[in-house]
Amino acid sequence: MWSDWETISAFISQACPGLLTVIMVLAAPLVGALLMGIDRKITARIQGRIGPPILQPVYDVFKLFAKEPLFLNRLYIFYAWLYLAFMILVVVLLAMGQDILMVLFVHAFATIALILGAMSVRSPYSRIGASRKIMQMVAYEPILILFVVGIYLSTPHPHSFLASAVMQLKQPLLFTLPLLLPAYFAAVVIKMEKSPFDVSSGHHAHQELIRGVTIEYSGPFLALIEIAHFYEVFILFLIMAMFWSTNLWIGAGIALAGFFAQILVDNASPRLTTFWMIRFMWAGPMLLALCNIIWLYGMGRG
Amino acid sequence: MKILAKSPWVVHFNCNSCNGCDIEFLACLTPLYDLERFGVLHIGNPKHADILVVTGSVNHRNARVLENVYLQIPDPKVVVAIGVCTSTGGIFADCYNILGGIDKVIPVDVFIPGCPPRPEAIIDGLVQSLEKLEAKRAGKKVAPARKPTFTFRPPEEAEAPVTPSPAGSAGHGGKE
Repeated sequence: MWSDWETISAFISQACPGLLTVIMVLAAPLVGALLMGIDRKITARIQGRIGPPILQPVYDVFKLFAKEPLFLNRLYIFYAWLYLAFMILVVVLLAMGQDILMVLFVHAFATIALILGAMSVRSPYSRIGASRKIMQMVAYEPILILFVVGIYLSTPHPHSFLASAVMQLKQPLLFTLPLLLPAYFAAVVIKMEKSPFDVSSGHHAHQELIRGVTIEYSGPFLALIEIAHFYEVFILFLIMAMFWSTNLWIGAGIALAGFFAQILVDNASPRLTTFWMIRFMWAGPMLLALCNIIWLYGMGRG
Repeated sequence: MKILAKSPWVVHFNCNSCNGCDIEFLACLTPLYDLERFGVLHIGNPKHADILVVTGSVNHRNARVLENVYLQIPDPKVVVAIGVCTSTGGIFADCYNILGGIDKVIPVDVFIPGCPPRPEAIIDGLVQSLEKLEAKRAGKKVAPARKPTFTFRPPEEAEAPVTPSPAGSAGHGGKE
């Protein structure tokens, strides 16, 4: 009974309307932080280390809030808040079963807020990080758009972009979008700032290009960016779980498998240069995504 | 709750070191010692850091840079000086350009003696600095660290602990 999303959401919204949105907004950063902690632990074990506690990302954020607020100009603090606000808005939109195309755009706006923040200071490292972040968007945004088109074509006639329509599908998305899952996975590896695509800022190489876009953020403002990243991690794997929306447990299994796979990819691969990243993403995953869309049209879904 | 001590991020500044201490410090981050299990991250950016780890004997040329890096770290912050060079100038003490200890430029909270110190000593020094970091956050006055007053030579050479002269020759006694 509890594996069915319809039952759970109906139960919660009957108990208190809007409660589901509140629960998801509050739980998202915690789940994201835990995933990041597990990520750091597993990475450490792969490298033969003991590794930090699982709650380490939470400690990091609390520590950053305890630091002195140092800043250069008010604009880039505003962009840090904007990044966080847009990420929360994405979770709200998903929880309310809203338009997935809108989710995609708001998510892109969040990344653009981060880029504008990095561009609003005069540090050359920050500028390089920002321009590489733009290249990352060039590499993965087409795949996400094709993914949304695939979702649209998978819904029964008349087609719909609504997330709630995905939840009402009779068969899992994976059956209609089998090639889009690996393509989306490649986009997730970029969004998670993992090797081989960690060109703008990474979670392991803290010294290289001095972590790019976040160089001028310090103390509480860096904490805002960390929390926004927790939200982002949650969103990415929530959307991955939507590939099997008819059964929550299988969906969560797919998301978890994707999570462990990206840790493996991160530890097993060296970094690509920015342009090789675009070449790879456009030649491999984007081709897979396009084939999937063409196949859907061939099946008469258009 | 000791929040700062649970996630100390370290920025490492090499002012004129021979790289011995730097390599020992990096050894702390390898799988053998794994400083990250205490939440320590070796961060490249002073604006993200809590602890400034300094190696090498500061000279007239890089004293300004060292001070600049120190000032860019948001409070509360501590300075950990690794190796004898940072306390006295070490084997470079007699050079014309050496100031003789980084405490002439920035306040130091922990001196870690040795040429170079072992990774265990560096980890011990970092753990000591965490107590000072928490004390600073609580608003207590933290006195600057005292310089190490003795060092050890290998057993076959040493008869007694050597006391350095004010000019600081702790690292190279008996060569002249």
